Amino acid sequence: MRATRFACVALMGVALAMVPRPALAQTAEQAQTIQQQIDQLRKEFGDRLAALEAQLAGIQGGQAGGGAPQAAATPAEATPAQAAPLPAVGQGGALANSKVFNPDMAVIGDFLGAAGRNEVNPNPALEMHESEASFQAVVDPYGRADFFVSFGEEGVELEEGFLTLTELPGKLLTRVGRMRAAFGKVNGLHNHVLPWTDRPLVINNLVGGEEGIDDAGISVARLIPAGTLFLEATGQVFRGDSGELFRSSKRGDLTYVGHLRAYHDISESTNVDLGVSYSSGHNPAGIVSDVDLGRFTTKLFGADMTLRWRPLTRAIYHQFVGRSEIIWSDRGQFGGRQRSMGYYASGDYQFARRWFVGGRYDRSERADDAALLDKGASAVLTYWPSEFSQVRGQYRHIDYADGPAANELLFQFQFSIGAHGAHPF
Amino acid sequence: MVIRTFKLILLLLLGVPVVASAQGKLNVVTTTEDLGAIAREVGGDKVAVTALAKGYQDPHFVDPKPSFILAVSRADVLIVVGRELELGWLPPLLSSSRNSTIQPGAKGYLDASANVRILEIPTGQITRAMGDVHPSGNPHYWLEPGNGRRIAQAIRDKLSENAPANAAFFAQRYADFDMRLAAAEKRWDATMAPYKGTKVVTYHRSWPNFMERFGLDVMGYVEPKPGIPPSPSHTLELIQDMKRQGVKLVVVEPYFDLKTPQAIANQVDGKVLVLAPSVGGTKEATDYIQLFEYDVNLLAGALKQITGK
Repeated sequence: MRATRFACVALMGVALAMVPRPALAQTAEQAQTIQQQIDQLRKEFGDRLAALEAQLAGIQGGQAGGGAPQAAATPAEATPAQAAPLPAVGQGGALANSKVFNPDMAVIGDFLGAAGRNEVNPNPALEMHESEASFQAVVDPYGRADFFVSFGEEGVELEEGFLTLTELPGKLLTRVGRMRAAFGKVNGLHNHVLPWTDRPLVINNLVGGEEGIDDAGISVARLIPAGTLFLEATGQVFRGDSGELFRSSKRGDLTYVGHLRAYHDISESTNVDLGVSYSSGHNPAGIVSDVDLGRFTTKLFGADMTLRWRPLTRAIYHQFVGRSEIIWSDRGQFGGRQRSMGYYASGDYQFARRWFVGGRYDRSERADDAALLDKGASAVLTYWPSEFSQVRGQYRHIDYADGPAANELLFQFQFSIGAHGAHPF
Repeated sequence: MVIRTFKLILLLLLGVPVVASAQGKLNVVTTTEDLGAIAREVGGDKVAVTALAKGYQDPHFVDPKPSFILAVSRADVLIVVGRELELGWLPPLLSSSRNSTIQPGAKGYLDASANVRILEIPTGQITRAMGDVHPSGNPHYWLEPGNGRRIAQAIRDKLSENAPANAAFFAQRYADFDMRLAAAEKRWDATMAPYKGTKVVTYHRSWPNFMERFGLDVMGYVEPKPGIPPSPSHTLELIQDMKRQGVKLVVVEPYFDLKTPQAIANQVDGKVLVLAPSVGGTKEATDYIQLFEYDVNLLAGALKQITGK
């Protein structure tokens, strides 16, 4: 602003200096003419200065259409056939802003509460369960980076942090870093996009619960040409450490995950998503005094199905999502291998713009003792004040194999600040 | 054994060669049907256009379906509305597309909002307490023929950049579109002339460019704030304002519920009008010019009834 003003004043000075000095002998008329020229110049420079200042203010305030610049842009309408591209006033505002290369940042708070009786696996009465901070941006022309840092009430954990390479030959989608594995559906989902306050029993019993298969590794996914069918094969290799599920004692104790996903639009409002998954790795069952004596492995097989219905003209008012996953676990441990199975089936229906109702049935054996079978059922009601917050209540009944039945009311508040994230699908 | 077979299948699938998509035509993917319609006007038979969101769905809330990933992965040119309209669904499609040609900033990417006239750019501090505000202005800018023309120019240039051999063809198609649009504009201006200055209410802030272009004055919204559903107190306030100012027309997009707008119209002895905000928003709005043809005629018909002019 100051530089512009200085330049204009300097120009004005030069212009004034160029005006011929009146000779003593000149008449009063000549002096008057010169005075008029000076006034004219002053007016022109004044107008120009004002216009520049207005434009500059527009750029700095990021207000392309607001005020003077917008008015200046309007005449392009006058002769449609010659409508020239308008100057991109206002976009410079964002570009000039030094923050433009900062990653998109957001924090999602997840507050949980529990009432009722659960003696086997009780949650705290009130808990700021998780605050998830995300940082996402393009790294360079070859890739983008996504970080999700999860702050619990006490500790901090890198939930995910990976580089996605977009420029590799063969249309391979490659990710490098720590990530949630592509095993089934629920394992890949962050807490805030789940349709429940908890995770299904089968996920807790067989796939490592909330942490799940979440490890450092490399993921390669490829689209398989199949006409209108979306077919994607994913192969992943991880270090081999995922909570209590997989534990690596040697460098070669890697975890492998394979996933095949098929998606098809049945109609414009209905689609089906099918997947099969496999995972294997070393488990901690054979570790005695920090030495892996048993060298036991766990193998997981999974099949998932999601059916979605969302009528496009009423997409913001009504939708239905039906989900189911069935998982088999084959776990080595002292005393022989345990072969367990579990599944869940759930349905969620949006019945008004802000309201969702859902139900889930759970049934799962335990990974370390297939003779123990837990069964459960939940009813869920969710209210969305806006796209950025959510209140949820869940009634949950669980028949534990080794303890008294649990009857609980779980409730949850979720709230998001910062960059607008993508809608979950 | 089973595991080995599974691994083998997976390896085989990962190794299947990718089928080349280009078949002479430029593969153009647009996020909305409006951009698709303009791309067809300019590109003619030298382009194959796929529009992702339908004209009758709310463009803010589109599911990022995997079938869209397939379309975007095959695109030579991707044209987006921009101004944060597709913020909730385009980024996952882009990052899963495995297509570097159409990433933002690349040769095949066009943000159609770059050179258009944008209204309602917020000034000063903005927060989400103001609803779902778009920090870089109202993204419904295509509802103004002048902007349609500017979008067409940008598309002409982008297509020419990606298929230089057809540049003259695109220039000629653009000139033809421009001429037809100019002729249609004269017609629309004449139709709307008697109603200049008439006040209307709209559901969402989808219509500032349209209403300004045709001289109508939007005095209020059914939504209390952008993206926030109607509340009883706001609705009552709106009814009072409409009665005071003699406003009788409520314009609604096809993807909103008509219950509240209808209740408002009943209270003010007025009318609810469902206009098409996009090509494909109604079956009559088959292309960009027909979209305005439909909206202008419907609007003029309703205003004639209301104003008696």
